[in-house]
Parts: sequence; structure tokens; C-alpha cells
Amino acid sequence: MHDLTNAFAETFGLLVSLDADLLEIVGLSLWVSGLAVLIAGLIGVPLGALVAIARFPGRWAIVVLLNAMMGLPPVVVGLAVYLLLSRAGPLGPLGILYTPTAMVIAQAILVLPIVAALSRQTIEDMKLEYEDQLRVFGMGPRGMVSTLIWDARYSLMTALLAGFGRAVAEVGAVIIVGGNINHVTRVMTTTIALETSKGNLAFAMALGLVLVTIVTAVNALVFSLRHTATRSAYA
Amino acid sequence: MLDRGNTSVAGRPIADLAFEEARPEVRPVVGQNIRIARDGRLLLDVDELVVSGSGMTVLMGPNGAGKSLLLRCLANLVAPDSGTITWGGCQPDRARAARLGFVFQRPVLLRRSARANIRHALRAAGVSRGEAAERADQALAAARLSHLSRMPARRLSGGEQQRLALARAMALRPECLFLDEPTVNLDPASVAAIEATIIAAGRSGTKVLFVTHDSAQARRIATDILFMHDGQILERGEAARFFDAPGTAAARAFLAGDLVGEPGPEHRVRTA
Ligand SMILES: Nc1ncnc2c1ncn2[C@@H]1O[C@H](COP(=O)(O)OP(=O)(O)OP(=O)(O)O)[C@@H](O)[C@H]1O
Ligand SMILES: [Mg+2]
Repeated sequence: MHDLTNAFAETFGLLVSLDADLLEIVGLSLWVSGLAVLIAGLIGVPLGALVAIARFPGRWAIVVLLNAMMGLPPVVVGLAVYLLLSRAGPLGPLGILYTPTAMVIAQAILVLPIVAALSRQTIEDMKLEYEDQLRVFGMGPRGMVSTLIWDARYSLMTALLAGFGRAVAEVGAVIIVGGNINHVTRVMTTTIALETSKGNLAFAMALGLVLVTIVTAVNALVFSLRHTATRSAYA
Repeated sequence: MLDRGNTSVAGRPIADLAFEEARPEVRPVVGQNIRIARDGRLLLDVDELVVSGSGMTVLMGPNGAGKSLLLRCLANLVAPDSGTITWGGCQPDRARAARLGFVFQRPVLLRRSARANIRHALRAAGVSRGEAAERADQALAAARLSHLSRMPARRLSGGEQQRLALARAMALRPECLFLDEPTVNLDPASVAAIEATIIAAGRSGTKVLFVTHDSAQARRIATDILFMHDGQILERGEAARFFDAPGTAAARAFLAGDLVGEPGPEHRVRTA
């Protein structure tokens, strides 16, 4: 009990003093997950739009696959990326295993299906409503895609935030491909796991609090985006 | 104007000539042997329809007659089961599409401001950024919507949305304008304003195809009439003649305000 009380006091101290190690870890977490979501968005949104708009045989299979991949277990993604990047793997010569780059790749793969599947759904629904009007304007597929992406912007941002929430809170993938190396690849989740097992509860709790705060902030942002969208009838 | 084979092109406003000359013509819009059947019911059965020249053709007919479907077919939005649609003598193509304006029975407004709705349509039609902005403002002013130009389009009232959809279609300076019941939700002043706008467009060289159930309105604006019933064009011709002496029982009943042809279970009427 005494230990726990001490730990709480220490946690508080770490947070208030903006401990340098703590900041470094939080910073890397945000950077890795942020970059992963950016990449997933740049690929996933157009991919989702393409699947929403194009009509080709086997399209339904891609839709099912994307939806199924939304629930990919992070450890499995970590393992797959590990196999790709390990010395014997096809991308082994790049030498990026156990670097933040590897972590970004793993998280981008984890988030991509979420972004692509949600984008596909949103844009396909909107296409039903817009298609005739856009065709009357003489728009081709390219114009339609960009119009639909812009008009779905609030829903798409929500999808990106959902992806970020999943990435930043995930341990399995980053620990496998990052290796949890001090000052190099330590992010919030992996550090919490490690420090807890070492008995350094204060540090783990401080990070836990920061993580919960970030996830809450992301949800608040989603909520306020929805609110803005509804208020201007853009939802 | 809608007689078979008539392909005359009326004079257009001088200011627009240079702009329009560079583009392929969408007129005449011609449908031939158009048939659409669904669930064993013939929804559309039109041997020939030529939409050409200028002026105001009013398309009348009871609910479910196939008016909206015919318009969507001519605009190349619905492929008929059989028959052909041509625009300016050619297969419909994207280059001509923007020359055919269409305001749907339920207007589709983009999730943008009123002004951005018009600007985007103009940009899609290849109008330069600066000119699009200018023309969007002119169109809003003409529709008396300037004070709402920054409003999210979908927050506008139903009537304002209809006026915006029409302003957007007009801003593209179409050769042909299909209007599917564009005044149903409007107050009398807006109806009058829109009728005036459309009549002016018809006089200055645009061909307007206007769907309405309101025979008083049709009398006010029509130069000629198409009367549809059960997927077929039963009557076509000059407005005055149609109203004085409708040639079919269905048209007489329609004008008298009766139910046209008791809808049996196999053709329940429904709004598109
Ligand atoms: N895709 C479709 N599948 C089956 N039936 C359809 C389809 N589209 C239209 N219809 C039917 O075609 C008929 C004509 O519809 P349309 O919308 O053209 O009527 P309308 O003359 O515009 O009527 P209103 O005055 O109510 O707008 C209706 O009975 C409708 O149910
Ligand atoms: Mg209709």
C-alpha cells in the first residue's frame, strides 16, 4: 500500500516535471502512429474511393477482405512485417528492423484496412446520392472521386482518427518490429509493458495516464467533428 | 418544337456565342424506340421524341406516368432496355453532358456552401477559377440567394435548395434544361420568379423541358405540351390546342382533375 502511494506521488512528479525520458517516449509514439496514419490515409482513402466507384468482377471479394482485415491482430501484423524485414526476409537488406521506420510500416499496415474499409463505405453511400448529379455535370471518374472525397471529408477524418486511436494504443506490432530499444524504439505501450514487469510502476502509470488522455482527446475530436458536420448538414 | 424530325436551332445570346461555338452541341436530344420494362411492367414506351430548338415544352401526366424516367433516359442517366438516345446526332458523351442542365425532382446539393456548389459545377465544366467565381456570384444574385452564398447548401430551406439547384444548372448556360417539378415547394413569389427566369431562358435560345402536374402553371408557361400516361406519350403539340381540345380521354380526365386510369395493383403510383 505504502509502495502504491509512493508510486502515485512519483507519477505525479514525472508528469508535472515533464520528465525528459517520458517526453521522448510520448513524442516517438505520436510520431510513429501519426506518420503511420498519414501513410494509411494517403493510400487507404483513394483505395477505398476506387473500390467504391469502380465496377469490376470480384469487387465484392475485395470489400469482404477489407472489412475482415479491419480486425487484424496487431501481433500477426508485427510477425508478418518482421518476416519481411528480418535479415533473411525479402526486405532484409534495407536493415530497418528494430527502427522507428519498421514500426511506422507495421502500424500503417494495421491501420490501412480500417481507413480503406470505412472510406469505401462512406464514399459508396454518398455516390448513390451524388452519381446522377455528377454525371449531369459531365464529370468523369477522376472528378467524381475528388468530389466525393471532399464531400465525405468529415467522415473520412473520423476514420483516420479511429485508425490513430488503434495505432497509438497497440503493443503487439510495434514490440515485435521495434524491439523496445531504449531511446530508439520505445513507445508508450511497449514501455508500459516493460516498466510494469520491472516493477517501475510510477513510470508505467505516468505513461498510462498520458495514453488515456490522448485516446480521450482523439475521441473528443471525433465527437466535435461529428457535431460540426451535423450542424452544417455535412454529415 | 417537339415535332418529329425537327432539328432547328434557335438564336442564342450574342455574348455566349464564342463560348458555345467551341463546344459540341447537345441538341437535338433524340430518343428512338425507347423501352424500359421492370418486373414485367412496361414503364416507358416512346417511339420517337425530338427535343430541339428553343422554348418551353411542358411535360404533364399523372404520378408514375414515367416523366422522371423519360427525362433521366434522355439525359443518359438510365440506359433503356432497347432503343437509342442521341445528342446532337452522336452518342451521348461527357463533353456534351454539361450542355444539358438537369434539376432533379429531389435536388442533390453538395456538402459545401451555396456558392461553392455553383462554383464546383462550373469548374467541372472546365470554366476557369476566376470566371467560375464570378459566374457563381452572378447566378446567386439572379436567384436572389446572394445573402445565403456562404451558407452550407444543405442548411437552406427546401425552397431555397430548389432555387439553388436551378441557379446552379442555369450558371452552366445549358442548351437544354430539364426541370423535374422545380417549383413544387415554392411560395408564390418564388414560383413567379422562377417561371420568369425560365421563360427568359427559353426566349433567349435555351430549350426547356419542364415537368409539372399543375395545369394552371402549364398554361402560363408552355409553348407546347407533352402528355404522358402509363409510359407512353399520348399527346404532343401546341399548348393552346392541347388545353382547348385534349385529344385523349386520359388527358381530358387529367385536366379535369380526375384520377387517370384507375391504378390497378400492377401499377401502383409512386414518386420517383
Ligand atoms: N428502377 C426502377 N425499377 C422499377 N420501377 C421503376 C424504376 N424507376 C422507376 N420505376 C417506376 O416507373 C414508374 C414511372 O416513374 P417516374 O418516376 O418516371 O414517374 P413520374 O411520372 O415522374 O411520377 P411523379 O409525377 O410521381 O414524379 C413508376 O411507377 C416507378 O415506380
Ligand atoms: Mg417524377
